Amino acid sequence: MTYDLVVIGSGPGGYEGAIRASQNGLKVAIVERELLGGICLNWGCIPTKALLKSAEVFDKINHLGDYGLTGEKPGFDFEKVIARSRDVAKQLNSGVGYLMKKNKIDVIEGFATLSPGKDAPKVTVKLNKGGEQVVEAKNVMLAVGARAREIPAIGAVSDGDRIWTYRNALSPSRMPKSLVVIGSGAIGIEFASFYRSLGAEVTVVEALDRILPVEDKEVSAEAQKAFEKRGFKFRIGAKVTKVEKSASGVKVSVEVGGKAEVLEAEGCIVAVGIVANTENLGLEKLGVEMDRGHLKNDSHGKTNVKGLYAIGDCAGPPWLAHKASHEAIHAVDYIAGKKLSNLNPPIPGCTYATPEVASVGITEQGAKEKGLDIKIGRFPFKANGKAIAAGEPGGFVKVIFDKKTGALLGAHLIGSNVTEMVQGFCLAITMEATEEDLQGTVFPHPTMSEAILEASLDADGRMINL
Amino acid sequence: MTDILMPALSPTMEEGILAKWHVKVGDTVAAGDVIAEIETDKATMEVEAVDEGTIEAILVEAGTEGVKVNTPIARLSGGDAKPAPKAAPAAETPKTEAPKVAAASTPAPVASAPAAGARVAASPLARRLAEMNKLDLKAIPGSGPHGRVIKRDIEATLAGGTGKAASAASTAAAEPRKVQSLEQMGIPAGSYDLVPLNNMRKVIARRLTESFRDIPHFPLTIDIELDNLLAARTKINTALESQGVKVSVNDIVIKAVALALKAVPEANASFTPEGIALHHNADVAMAVAIDGGLITPIIRKAETKSLSQIAKETKDLAARARDMKLKPEEFQGGTFSVSNLGMFGIKQFASIINEPQGCILSVGAGEQRPVVKNGALAVATVMTVTLTCDHRVVDGSIGAKYINALKNLLEDPIKMLA
Repeated sequence: MTYDLVVIGSGPGGYEGAIRASQNGLKVAIVERELLGGICLNWGCIPTKALLKSAEVFDKINHLGDYGLTGEKPGFDFEKVIARSRDVAKQLNSGVGYLMKKNKIDVIEGFATLSPGKDAPKVTVKLNKGGEQVVEAKNVMLAVGARAREIPAIGAVSDGDRIWTYRNALSPSRMPKSLVVIGSGAIGIEFASFYRSLGAEVTVVEALDRILPVEDKEVSAEAQKAFEKRGFKFRIGAKVTKVEKSASGVKVSVEVGGKAEVLEAEGCIVAVGIVANTENLGLEKLGVEMDRGHLKNDSHGKTNVKGLYAIGDCAGPPWLAHKASHEAIHAVDYIAGKKLSNLNPPIPGCTYATPEVASVGITEQGAKEKGLDIKIGRFPFKANGKAIAAGEPGGFVKVIFDKKTGALLGAHLIGSNVTEMVQGFCLAITMEATEEDLQGTVFPHPTMSEAILEASLDADGRMINL
Repeated sequence: MTDILMPALSPTMEEGILAKWHVKVGDTVAAGDVIAEIETDKATMEVEAVDEGTIEAILVEAGTEGVKVNTPIARLSGGDAKPAPKAAPAAETPKTEAPKVAAASTPAPVASAPAAGARVAASPLARRLAEMNKLDLKAIPGSGPHGRVIKRDIEATLAGGTGKAASAASTAAAEPRKVQSLEQMGIPAGSYDLVPLNNMRKVIARRLTESFRDIPHFPLTIDIELDNLLAARTKINTALESQGVKVSVNDIVIKAVALALKAVPEANASFTPEGIALHHNADVAMAVAIDGGLITPIIRKAETKSLSQIAKETKDLAARARDMKLKPEEFQGGTFSVSNLGMFGIKQFASIINEPQGCILSVGAGEQRPVVKNGALAVATVMTVTLTCDHRVVDGSIGAKYINALKNLLEDPIKMLA
C-alpha cells in the first residue's frame, strides 16, 4: 500500500505531526528505531524534569526550618531517584504507543533509509525484528532529531563511565561526588542543578562570556549569582583544551584568560550543543540540501527534494521539543492542504534549574543589535507578596516593548516556577498585545504573576509596589 | 415574520445607501414586487420582495448611508416565523443629511460609524498601527484567526501588498485632506446652494484624486484623419439600415481601440505590486455622462465583436447607464477606457486614468482642418486624440507605438478587417 505520509522519527515533532496528519485524513506510518516519543520523552525533557523534581523536594526538605518545620536529617536513595525518572519516561512512552493506535498510525520499528522514488523518496526500513520493509509514500517527513555533540579532538567523548553526555547523566551507575559540566546551556545547567542539589561539587565551564548565553544578559547575571549562592563554581570564557580519564575520575584542562588550569572531578558532563542525526539516511544520494549540518527546509518544512519534509532538531535551531511539534503540525497541515495559521509565534525557552529561567521573544541585546527603539520594565520577586510568602523571593520579570507601537517584543523571567508563568507572555505576543493590554489586565492576587503586571507598568515608569 | 436583509448587488459590495422605499408599513407585498431602491457607488438597483406578506416595520429609513450587507432593513409578517436579529441598525447608522454650510467643503466621512456589533476584529497591535498610520481597519482584509486583522496585514497594506489593501491605504491617506471652509475662503454662507454629495460624487472625488495624485501619468497627442473612416461609416450604415442599426464614429473608435490593444498588448495592462498584469481581452470602458456624474460601461472583448454588435451594445449600455440601471459587472473591470467629448466641440483634452487601467484615450471633435499633403495645403477631417498613460506600465515608446497603431487603423479602417 502507499501511505499519504511516512514520518521518520517519533519524537515530539514526529509523533504529534503523525497524529495531526491522521486527523487531517491522511494514511500515516511512523518509523522509530528505538523508543516511541524520542529523546524528549525518553532521554530528555521529561526524565530530567522527574530528576529535578526530586532535587527540588530534597532542597525544600533541607530547608524545613525556613518554614518553621522540624524533622530529621533527610537523605536520598540515588537508585530510586533514577528509577523514578525512568518510570516516568516509560509511562509516557507507552502513552505514545496508545496514541498511535488510537489514531490508526502504523508504527514500523526499525531504521529507515531513503532512496529516489516517484512522488517522494522511497523508504526502506531495516526492521528491528529482522528483515526489511519497503514503505511507499506520497510524502516523507524527516523528524530524526539530534544527539549530543561530542568533541573527539579534545577527548570530550562519552565513555559511559566518567565522561557523560545527557544520556549517561540520566541513568548513571553512581552518584558522583564532584562533576565538571562543560557547557552552560539549558542541558548543562539543569544537570548541574540536579547533581548540586544531591550534594555534588559542581563546576560549570562556559566558553562564552556568560552562562545561559541565549538568555538576556541580566538573566544570565542573576542566574550565575543564584547558582553561586547554591555552591556552583563557574569558569566563564573558558576554553576546554583536553578531557581525560584519571585514576579517580576525569581531568578537564581549561584555559581562562590565557591561564591554564586543570579541573579534577569524579565525572564530567559534555553539554556543548547537539548534532543532527542525518547520517546513514541516504540523504547524500537524494541530494538533500544542508545548512550548517542541518537539513535545509522552507517555512512549510519542505526540503529541496520533491515530497521530502524535515522538521524539528534535524532542521535547525532552536533545538526544542515544542518548536519541533509546531513545525511538524504546520507541515502536515500544508501537506493536507488545510488552512494554515498566519501567526508566527516566537518560540519560548525554559531552563528548569533552581531557580528556573524562562523567556520568549527578543532580548535587550537582540533589540539593540536590530536597532529597535524599546522600553523596558522590570519587577523583582522580592517585592511580590506571594513570592515572599512562598519563601521564593529570588529573581525577576523583565519585559521589553517597542517604544513607538507598544508591541510586546520579549519577556525574560528568572525565579521560582517562572517556566509555568511565561506562557502568558507567549499568548500575549501571539495575540499582538501592547503594553496597554498587559497594564490593563487584572492579575489575581496574590500570585507571582502580578510581577508581569508590575513589570509592564514599570516600562512606563508607573510601577505600584516598588 | 421574516426579516428583509440588505442585499449585495455585487460580490464585492459591503454596504450601500438605502435610497428609497417603495412600500410603507402596512402595505401588502407579493414576491417580485419592487419594495426599495439601493444605491451603491455607481448603480441604483431595485430590491424585490422574495416572500409575500405585510410590511410590519421599516428598520432602515430611506436615505440611510452605509447600510451593511445583510443588515435587516424591513420586517415582513407572514411567511416563516424567524426572530429578527436585534441589530437595530436604523438607530446606529448615520443618516444622510445636508451637511451644515460651515462644513461644506469637508465631505462627511463615508460610513464612519458602523452598526453596533460591527466592531472590526483586529489585534491590539494592529489597532494601534492602524491608528498611527491613519488606516481604516475596516478596509483591511484580516488574515489572522477568524479573519482578524493582525500586524502583518497592516504591514502588507502599508507596503501596498495587495491591491485591495493598497487602495484602502491610499483611501485613508486621502481622507484626512482638509481644506478651509468656503466661508473661511471668503464665500459667505447663503450665497450658494449646496448639493449634498451622493455616493457617486464621493467615489469620483476619491478615485480621481487618488489616480491623479498617485499615478505618474503623461499624455501623448496625435492627429487622425477621418475622411476614409467617415466614408466607410456611410457605407456600413447604408448596409445596416434594414436592421435599424446605426454605427457611430465612437463605435468604430472602440473597435479600433480594441484591435490596436491586441496589436500592442503592452498597452492593455495594469500595474500591481506583484507585477504588470497583461490582460487577455480588450474590455473597453466608455465614459458616459449621466445625471450627477459619469459612469464607464464596458464593451467586453471588443476585439471579437462586429461593429453592428458594438453599436447595439453601446446604445443599450448608454441608455441604461442614464437610467442608473447598470449592473455592477457591466461597469466594473474594464482594461482600457475611452472618453469622447467630440460632440461638445472639444478639440483636445487629457483624461485622468481610470485605475487600475494602464491608459485612457481622450477623443476630440472631428473637424475640417487645413493639412499639408505632398507639400500643398489641403482640407481633411481631422480628430485629435490623447492617450494618458500610467508610466509604471506604459512607457513613452509603448504609448507612441499604441497610438500610432490606432491611428493606422482609423485612417484606413479597411485594415480592421485584416
